Amino acid sequence: MRTERALPRWWFGLVGLTAVALVLGVLHALWFAPTERTMGTVQRIFYYHVSSAWTAFVAFFINFLACVAYLKARHPKWDAVAVSAAEVGVVFGTVNLITGPIWAKPVWGIWWTWDARLTSTLVMWLLYVSYLLLRQFAAEQPSQRIWAAAFGIFAFVDVPIVYLSIRLWRTQHPGPVIAGGEQSGIDPRMFLALHVCFLAFLLLFVVLFSWRYRLERQRAELAELRARLHRLHLERSV
Amino acid sequence: MSYWTTAMRIVAKDLLSEARTREMTNAMLFFALLVLVLFSFSFQPASDEERRLASGVLWIAFLFAGMGVLDRSFWRERVNDCLDALRLTPASASALFVGKCVANALFLLLAAVILVPLFLVFFDLSFRGDVRAWLLVLVLGTWGLVVNGTFFAAMTTNVRSRELLLPLLLLPISVPALVAVVEATAAALLGEGAMRVWIQVLIAFDVIYTTLALLLFETVVEGT
Repeated sequence: MRTERALPRWWFGLVGLTAVALVLGVLHALWFAPTERTMGTVQRIFYYHVSSAWTAFVAFFINFLACVAYLKARHPKWDAVAVSAAEVGVVFGTVNLITGPIWAKPVWGIWWTWDARLTSTLVMWLLYVSYLLLRQFAAEQPSQRIWAAAFGIFAFVDVPIVYLSIRLWRTQHPGPVIAGGEQSGIDPRMFLALHVCFLAFLLLFVVLFSWRYRLERQRAELAELRARLHRLHLERSV
Repeated sequence: MSYWTTAMRIVAKDLLSEARTREMTNAMLFFALLVLVLFSFSFQPASDEERRLASGVLWIAFLFAGMGVLDRSFWRERVNDCLDALRLTPASASALFVGKCVANALFLLLAAVILVPLFLVFFDLSFRGDVRAWLLVLVLGTWGLVVNGTFFAAMTTNVRSRELLLPLLLLPISVPALVAVVEATAAALLGEGAMRVWIQVLIAFDVIYTTLALLLFETVVEGT
């Protein structure tokens, strides 16, 4: 039960590696990758925009697996994995949702459009904010972990249905955006920049996630110690 | 007692206690009516595009009514520990869940019977499309809302700010169902556009979430 007091050595190594990867990401995204012909410099936000989206997807997928594992095994560690993944996932989702409009305004001429991908990403983000709110609201309830796990499963299942329904909705109303499609070919240097950025974000995710997970486990340990202390006091006073 | 008999007993019990107290129906209907009235102050549909918007108004009013129904569903069982008593009976948790869902769906459909004609009157609309297909949309949409709503209501009964938490959970999950019912209603009002595809979306949504809720309900209520 007792978690280590000091942070493990590998964790500091990971932080160093992440820092190097993030610097490499900046160099690739802002320097090495060629400037896109029609969109210009603003296109460079794409490397962060896409990387944060992918990282958020990975985080929410981990949350889903942990929710299922928690309902099966009922071990609090799975609950800690689930909440840590969701929280860090929401952070990356927020980065994704903020960088998107910054890129869209100069390129599309609008900040936002209710296109399938945008809308479903927004709804996905809302679902996981709801998940975190549920945890906050129900924090003192004995079954809060079970509820959160159930909601995590409901939320994950919703994402493809949201995507499908919004896609049907948008085909009914053609949007103002004509050039929404992805270009089929991408310069190899751009491809490299994207993957360096994605790798850097994944490493950053692992750093934040493991830190958050440790915090969650320590909180649980603290709660248990407090409860034990309380029991001891009661026994003494009798 | 068979599964269905048990579930129907729960439905009968909920309907009877509501018929005697009317603590929820009156407030729910009046609240939904207020929403409709307030929206009709803000705009009167003149063009087809505005008629399309009106279908959203109907569903927002309906959603508000639904929140009241769902929130009360398990809350009323707290008096005299009725929920514990229900759990002590040999009735399975899933039969209890199905019974609660059917009762809530009936309350909401009752709201629709009153709201829809008023909506048509206030906004000067009529169904130019297929009304029978729209009734199917209404039933499927209600079920989609109710199945998730009842599940979350059971979960949040003991939470302090349950009135706030329930919509926070239910609204984002219901996005696909809401898109489908609003679009199908617009198609039915305007008499153009496809309803079939939205009915398919609603069926898929209902089947998926009914299955999930039945699978997880027992687990979720075991500690409450």
